Amino acid sequence: MPSSAAALWRQYRFERRMFWRNRSAAFFNFLLPLIFLALFGAIVSGHQHELDVIVPGIAGMSVMSTTFTALAYNLTFMREQGVLKRIRGTPLPSGVYLGGLALNAVTNTAIQIAIVVVAGRAFFNLGWPPQPLTLVVFVVAGVAAFALLGASLSYAIPSFESAPAVVNGVFVPVILVSGVFFDVKHVPGFLRDIAQALPLEPLINGLTGGLVAGHGDINHHLTALAVIGFWALVGVVLAVRGFSWEARRT
Amino acid sequence: MIVRVASVEPAIEVRDLRKSYGGLEAVRGIEFTVRRGEIYGLLGPNGAGKTSTVEILEGYRERTSGEVSVLGFDPDNRPRELRARVGIVLQSSGIYNYASVAELLDHFAHFYPHPRDVDEVIELAGLSEKRDARARTLSGGQRRRLDLALALVGDPELIFLDEPTTGFDPAARRGAWSTIRSLRELGKTVLLTTHYLDEAQELADRVAIIKDGRILAEGSPSELGVGGGSRYRVAYANGDGDATVVETDDPTRLLHELTGAALARGEQLRSLSVTRPTLEDIYLELTADAQ
Repeated sequence: MPSSAAALWRQYRFERRMFWRNRSAAFFNFLLPLIFLALFGAIVSGHQHELDVIVPGIAGMSVMSTTFTALAYNLTFMREQGVLKRIRGTPLPSGVYLGGLALNAVTNTAIQIAIVVVAGRAFFNLGWPPQPLTLVVFVVAGVAAFALLGASLSYAIPSFESAPAVVNGVFVPVILVSGVFFDVKHVPGFLRDIAQALPLEPLINGLTGGLVAGHGDINHHLTALAVIGFWALVGVVLAVRGFSWEARRT
Repeated sequence: MIVRVASVEPAIEVRDLRKSYGGLEAVRGIEFTVRRGEIYGLLGPNGAGKTSTVEILEGYRERTSGEVSVLGFDPDNRPRELRARVGIVLQSSGIYNYASVAELLDHFAHFYPHPRDVDEVIELAGLSEKRDARARTLSGGQRRRLDLALALVGDPELIFLDEPTTGFDPAARRGAWSTIRSLRELGKTVLLTTHYLDEAQELADRVAIIKDGRILAEGSPSELGVGGGSRYRVAYANGDGDATVVETDDPTRLLHELTGAALARGEQLRSLSVTRPTLEDIYLELTADAQ
């Protein structure tokens, strides 16, 4: 039996190969942040403050869509199709399998963040990230929290048919209230309080520090990091307690 | 004298197995032993407790009580070494749709310590022509053969087959049956669940008939066919053309009387037949009695 590290690497490469095989899904996966950047870039063209809001906002949305949304969908699909159950009957350790899925999602996050950073420099006058450490720390924290929450959400989705409704029912309100498309300062107080308690607004807060000059170093974003850390813990508890390898029998 | 301890120990031993879901008792004290190298059939209608029993042996579900041993392991905590020595064909299970047959088998082969040659397994499962086809393009029967191939690629000692030919056309079933028979020639042990009587009769060395969580009868298909009760059925039509069916334990005497009487009357016995009940008759009798 291969070592766990070798098995994880093999599983990850297999997941990557399968990801690229579904060409239309792969294409739109990377096109989506570019479309949003192009649209909002055109809408707020010339207003640097708005651009400084949009770019980290889209980066935060990318983290959420590549981990939370993608894992909630994929895990539900593979659970309902019986892929998870089949894998569970083989000697492949569960951790290796789930690790392969997670690394696959994280790779997409990294590619999307790279696209956003390059586009920010090329088209939106943002330059290279002024605080790369802040950027990396927040991407890592955001990936951990949203991947775990996405895996947990899959448990709340009863069938694959209901997955789009449930996932969008969470994703769309969260990106709207968390200031992906506008400065969260313009949001009414009670909504802002809600947004700041959820993980996406703090993530965008930290990404703004990493991507846009003049927002201080990582020490200015520690509260935001703590909120994301809290959600990662919630995700761990929910994912461990609720994860299901088998389709519901109803 | 050569004593091979490993081959003496049974592949599966189940003692007083019980499984409850809430208040519902799905398995109520099942006992059976599967010897090494045999094909053992669990036969019963849907909801009889077959799948609960098999999934406990596969490690997917925990039993409520009783003793279970699979290749000497307790499957409850899903020991990895056991999973490496067992192949599982589930009733229905998805797969990576965008992977080819050969890619999937190669990937799964790496999960196991001593896998079989991928091309050999493809050949055995009858998928040579579909070697490079993506899983999503396979027909239902080909998908089922891929399921079997994926269960065999780790070269398991024990194979669980849950309803392996459901939905097959007759030709595909014959093909699958010959593949399953070839597993016996390879020295594999097979636990087969099915609700097709002819499948159990065709493949299994021994069969347990399950209903309502209990085993109603156990034995080889031929034993079940002849054991106990009125096990011969003599049918004939007398001179008036009335069809008569008589069940008897002693067909020799009955035939002697019937033919003697017919000869004495100067009549012929038309449509005379002596049959042993099929497994289907036994099954219907047993499952009807249990109601």
